Parts: sequence; structure tokens; C-alpha cells
Amino acid sequence: MGPIVSAYETVIGLEVHVELATRSKMFCDSPTTFGAEPNTQTCPVCLGEPGSLPVPNKRAIEYLMLIGLALDCRIAPHSLFHRKNYFYPDMPKNYQISQYDLPLCVEGHLDVDVDGVERRIGITRAHMEEDTGKSLHVGTTGRIAEAKYSLIDYNRAGIPLVEVVSEPDVRSPLEAQRYLTELRAILQTLGVSDVRMEEGSMRCDANVSLRARGTEALGTKVEIKNLNSIRSVSRALTYEIDRQQKALDGGDAIVQETRHFDENTGKTHSLRSKEEAFDYRYFPEPDLVPIEAGDGWVAEVRAQMPELPRARRARIASEHDLTPEQGAFVAASPSSVQYFEALLASGAAARDAAVWMAGELARALNEAGESIESARVPAADLAALIAAVKEGTVTLSSAKKAFQDAYTAGKTPLQIVDERGLQQVSDDDAIATVVDEVLASNQAEVARFRAGEEKVFKFLVGQVIKATKGQASPQVVDRVLRARLGDS
Amino acid sequence: MPLALKDILCIDGVRTTAGSKILEGYVPPYDSTVVKKLRGAGVPIVGKANLDEFAMGSSTENSAYGPSRNPWDLARVPGGSSGGSAAAVSAGFAPLGIGTDTGGSIRQPASLCGVVGVKPTYGLVSRYGLLAFASSLDQVGPFARTVEDAALLLEAIAGHDRMDATSIPEEVPPYVKGLESGVKGLRVGVVSDWVEGEGVQPGVTERVRAAIESLSSLGAEIGEISLPSFRYALSAYYLIAPAECSSNLARYDGVRWGLRAPEAKDVVEMNVRSRTAGFGDEVKRRIMLGTYALSAGYYDAYYGKAQQVRTLVIRDFEKAYERFDVLLGPTSPTTAFKIGEKADDPLAMYLNDVFTIPSNLAGAAAISLPCGLAEDGLPVGLQLLGPPMSEGLLFKVAYAYEQARGPVDAPPLWGRS
Repeated sequence: MGPIVSAYETVIGLEVHVELATRSKMFCDSPTTFGAEPNTQTCPVCLGEPGSLPVPNKRAIEYLMLIGLALDCRIAPHSLFHRKNYFYPDMPKNYQISQYDLPLCVEGHLDVDVDGVERRIGITRAHMEEDTGKSLHVGTTGRIAEAKYSLIDYNRAGIPLVEVVSEPDVRSPLEAQRYLTELRAILQTLGVSDVRMEEGSMRCDANVSLRARGTEALGTKVEIKNLNSIRSVSRALTYEIDRQQKALDGGDAIVQETRHFDENTGKTHSLRSKEEAFDYRYFPEPDLVPIEAGDGWVAEVRAQMPELPRARRARIASEHDLTPEQGAFVAASPSSVQYFEALLASGAAARDAAVWMAGELARALNEAGESIESARVPAADLAALIAAVKEGTVTLSSAKKAFQDAYTAGKTPLQIVDERGLQQVSDDDAIATVVDEVLASNQAEVARFRAGEEKVFKFLVGQVIKATKGQASPQVVDRVLRARLGDS
Repeated sequence: MPLALKDILCIDGVRTTAGSKILEGYVPPYDSTVVKKLRGAGVPIVGKANLDEFAMGSSTENSAYGPSRNPWDLARVPGGSSGGSAAAVSAGFAPLGIGTDTGGSIRQPASLCGVVGVKPTYGLVSRYGLLAFASSLDQVGPFARTVEDAALLLEAIAGHDRMDATSIPEEVPPYVKGLESGVKGLRVGVVSDWVEGEGVQPGVTERVRAAIESLSSLGAEIGEISLPSFRYALSAYYLIAPAECSSNLARYDGVRWGLRAPEAKDVVEMNVRSRTAGFGDEVKRRIMLGTYALSAGYYDAYYGKAQQVRTLVIRDFEKAYERFDVLLGPTSPTTAFKIGEKADDPLAMYLNDVFTIPSNLAGAAAISLPCGLAEDGLPVGLQLLGPPMSEGLLFKVAYAYEQARGPVDAPPLWGRS
């Protein structure tokens, strides 16, 4: 796939669904536990039993309000729930309760940093709805129409879901990626969702179209579904932009349709066209009363607003005199800040803490495919290692090695240092012995040094440190080596 | 005092049919709030009473389990949709009954069977455990042979319920306490278009006029009023109620409970065949009407317009209550009609509810009580209407009239037909 040069401008809008981490469901008392035995987290209400009625979860509405406020939305003083009607067995009532033309949060925006350039992405709306159950269609294709039989788990049915809809302001797959990463960080900071895309607690649909550069009118858009990670979003968009561009270049029209992203092939394929779109027959949910979000209530929720990622990054960077990159890494999530603060509390200097986190810790997490919440080396142990380097008992290179080994072995770095005898060697006599060996086996270099070639000195230091497997104190090596060379 | 419960309210472990085949074998796993309250008040439920399928009808002929009959004349309908409860109370099978009133389904059968029936303010009685027909209109209410019994029963079932988001969070006043305070100086507005309107049976007009006289002699100030928007109320109702029903009844699809058509080749065919076999004609008619009214491109013209009419009805009521404390008219334009007489003419059947529907659209309170027999020897119902939460006032007026009227005859149960 070639680079996207072009006569076209990409226009992307993103719809993100977030499952809220409330204890009970949106309209009943059933628990929201993930991964429980099928159909155990249910009650007459979320099973849609005849005669049952929904009662809204106030906490869920407050979470939505918090999300809206974090995205600088206007909180509508009067908003409504509607019914979205369609038949599908995993939806017990055969309608979904969802906000429609009067959502709680409207007209917000999210600022994202795209490689140093600040981009403001408009937020059209953020609204509340309920999740559906999960179907398992048993048969060769896994589709309901061809299934031998289907099983349904209603544990997820009725879990509160917030949908955040962006304006078509996103201009590239990279921007989409940054937008989603920032949105996820905000949701995580607010503590309103687990935001795990792999568990489905955060889901994304992307709308994408192309238009001739310099024109205003929007092109025909395609909606892409089944995007299970931020990386998938970017892959699917990249593929789809290329597909549309080729079609337009070839003189073909883009068909307004919904397309499915195939994780394995990296391609999208048509799911249904606009003509096949459902008529959801929306109408105001008569079982619920309007949400009246008065100033008092909004102020109460606003008062619960934690420090948002953007402010947190700036504060951490300036408080601890870090580079913007270090600040961004350390303040990426609340857990990461916690880890950083724990390092400081255990005595590490801010610069050292940031360097270690952005370096060795990031590498270890990356290799293990883990996030900082599950970091296997506690902050206190890393701080002890950093202190050992400062005190000169372990060299930096030994420390890095000990850290990576500790991560995989599940031990503390200092245990590894002890077990493998990685302590720094500062003893003059021990080092002198090695220096003599090195000088003996590098007589040509010694001669060149004596002839005035100063840079050979560095090479000799390196040879000594190498011979001690990185454990020799560079300062002591320097001193002993100079003394020996000067002596002779 | 034993009670007959309309078979559209859930009792844990007891079959609930809603008069429909689609609920074949359905046993609810929970109690409706009304049933819980009845248990708490020590009221034994003697049985579940027949009804028009999902409360859609005005004659109880639309039940999958056969029609109910009127104790005053077994060849005639008891009204509907709560015809089973009304007939049971009228015949003396049980002194108390529970019905539901979406467009007149308590008041019209009370009128046709010669008993007291109350349509409470929307939100006064919890709908939790009531199988929904039209959620914004449905309301549970009492049947009894006297106003006092009806007031006592309403006290027992009314009150805020956290399981119903539309439930009114106010305390329920003791209705029985103020019953005897009389109507002196009370302003009663007679809805003139109803008393002598088109299609109103002369015997009904006559009995209602006599009741007005009686209230006047008790010291009430009688005036007349015309409510222009009410002409459109019936049409608006027959868009709003079907629209809500088309959505409420979507859950009866053969997937989870009730009837499932066998040997369908896929889930869509199973849905279609189960619903085709399970629902009766009137229910299907309303589902189709409602689906159409909510469709893209038609919503504004039908459902949207109907909601505007609803607002007009509410405003007309509000204006009327600036001049009057309560309004008065007949409950039904005619006395009980013959079984089968209107069964094939849905529009004629719908006209039965023309005087009762406005109170449902407005979420207001109304009561029907017997005011004697018409020229055909059948009971006539007097309807008293009030604003939301005016139950206490309506009981007081009804009680005063009832005392002046004296006891009513019992139905000549087996004497006719």
C-alpha cells in the first residue's frame, strides 16, 4: 500500500461505545460482573419479562454527565430516552432504550496532540443507552440465519452504555488513533469504565469518506464495524481510504454502506447497503420520565471532576522538570502517575524515575504485552535499584540487565544483583589485576596511546569494563588505567 | 374481602395469559406491585378474570379463551377490556375487582355491568407487573359495588413504587375519611356534547340528567361546558395506543416464553409464525397500525400529530377546571350491546370509548358509578371526571350522589336470554 498522497482529503467521524463500570445495570439492580456464568446476572427487568419496567440508574447518568463535562459538552437541561425498535433475539424487549434526538451531552470537543500539532475534534454528542445480550450461533458460518441453533447470554443485556459521537473532524488514521487514545485516557481518569477494547467495554465504529481537497461538501461515507482495538481502527481506516481512493480514481462511485473489518485479512467487506438500513421507529420511551439536569445537579457532578490527562501531563512535566515526552509518558494514565509517585515516595529523583519508566519499564511491559497496572516490579523495588546505581554499588548497565531479568523471573532487581554477583567492583587491586591483563593483551594499542593517540584510552577502558562484565566502576577503571599507563 | 384480578397482572408462580394465546404456558417469576400490596392488605385473590386480549377491546369478546357475559343479560357483553372483573363484581362472585384502564377499560365495563369503577391518575398505582398495552395510558384501578369499597381498595393499591419510574412520589391521602363531606357549593360542569351528543342512547341521556338533578338538589352548582378538542381525542388515542402497543408487544416473539411455532427454518420465520399464531385479529390490527404510525416519513403526520392533540386535550381540561371542580357526563354512549353485534366493526367498537379516552390522554382521574337503568332495563354509568390527583374529590361527589340515589338492584342473573 503506497503512501496517501493526494487529490483527496480524508474525512473521518468516530462513534465510540463505552460500557460504564457501575455496580448495577442501567435500568435494574442486576450486577454487571464480567465473565460470570451465562444468564446468572439477570432479573425480570433486564430479561424483559412481561410487565417489568425500567428504572434509570442515577450513577450511570452522572457518569455520562461527567464524560460530557470532560469533553466540554453542554449539558442539556432536558433530555429524553427513546425506544429503538428492531427484532433481534439478544435484545429481550426487541427494542433498545437509548437517547435519540435529545441527548444529555452536546457540542463538545476534544483536543489531541498529533505529533506536536494540536487538533481540535468536535464532539457532536454523548448519550446513554443499554447494552444487548450476546448470541452464540452454533453452525458452520456463525451467522444467525444459517445456525443449527443459537444460545443467548443476557448477562450483558442492560449494562449501561455511553456513545460518544465525534464530528467528521478527523483527517487521518493517525489522528483517529490519537483521538481514541486520548478519549480512553480521559475515561480511565474519570474512572467510569474499564475501557478494555479486547473485552468489549470500549467499542468503536468509524465513518470515513473522501472529498476533493479544497472542497467543502462531504463525500459518500462508509461505516466500518468490528474494530476491536485502536490498532484495528487505524488498519481498517488505512485500508478503506486506499480502497475508496482507488475506486474514485477509477471513476467508480462510493456506495453508502456498512462494512465489516476482517482482523485476519486486514480488509473491509460490505455488510449492508443504505437501502437495507433498518427503520428503528424511534419514539419517546413512555416508561421513563425526562432527565432534568438542573444547574445544581450539574455543579455537584462537576465538583467530582478529577484532574484530566492533559492537565496532568502538563503539571507532572513542569513540577518535575521533565521533557514533554517524559511528562506524556509518566502521565499517560492514572496508574502510571501512581507508579511514578510511588517511585518518588521511595526516594527516586524525578528525572531518574521518568527515564527508567520511559526506558526499561516501558520495554519490559511491551515485551510482556502488559500494562502498567500489572507491572511485575513494584515501584519500591525499582526505586531501590535506582538508589543502588546512585550509590555506586551497581553500574547502570548491570542495573538494566538486572531489571529485565527480574521482570521475567518475578524477583526484585536487587535479588538478581545479589544472586548473580552483579555488584559494582570498585576494589583497586581487583581492577588493577584486570587492567594488567588488558594491557598485556593489547600492546599495539598501548603503543599507540603512548605515541599520543589519546582516543585509544577510551577503547582500553571499554576493554576493562567488558572483561568485568560491566561490573567495574568506570571511575576506578579510569584512575587505575591512567596510573598504570603513566607509570610505565 | 375477596377479589377478582384482571389476568394481565403478574402473580409469582401463577399462569398469566393476558387473554392471549401468545402467552401459552407463561408463568411469571415475580409479583406485580399491586398484587404485593393486596397481599399486604390481606385481600385474598379468588381468581384471575377474563379480558380482551392484552386489554385491547371494549367487549371482552377479544379473549383467546372465549367471551365473558353480562350478568344483567347473558346475551350481552360486559364491556371491556376488564369485562371479566366487572362481571364478577356485578354477579357477586367477588365484592372487589381489579382492572386496568387504558382508554376506558375499567369505566366502560363498570357502566355496562352496573358497578363502580375507578380510573386513577396516571402514576398513582404502580404499573410494575402489569403487562403493558400502551405504557403512557395504562393505569390499574378498582371495581366495587359501592363508592366506599372502591375508595378503600384504591387506598390499598395506590402509592409510590420505586420499580415504576412514572410512579407519583406523593403520599396517598385517606380517601374514605372525607367521603361524607357533601357537595354543597361544589362546581360541577356538565359536558354538554356528551349528554346529548350524536349516538347517545335516549335512556342514557335521561338517567344522566336525573343524576344532575340529584346533585343540584344536594347543593352542587351545575354549569355546562363544551370541550372542542375532545372530538379529536379518539383519533389521537388510536394512533398513540397502537404505536406504544406495537413496541410493547414486540417481546412476544417465541424466543423466551409463551408460544413458539414449531419447525421454523430460522429465527425470523419462528418469530413470524409464533406471532401469527399467537395474536388475535384486534391485536394484529393495532400492531400494524402502530408500526405504520411510527415509521420513518409518517411519524410526524401520525404519532407527532396525535401527541399535539394530546396537549390540546390537557389544555382544554385545564381551562375547564378553572371554572369547575369536577366534570360530569355519561361513561358510555349506550348500555350493554349484544355479543357479536359490533365484533366485525372495529370503528363502532372504538366509539364506545369516546367519553372515557380524554381522561387517559390527560393522565387524569375519573370514576364511573351506576345511575339507574335505561329504557332497556340495563345499567347506565355516570362518569365524574377530575384533574390529576382529584380522587378524593371524585369519591366525595360520587358518595354524595350514591347516598341520594339509594341502593341499586342486583342483576337478574339468570332471568334473561
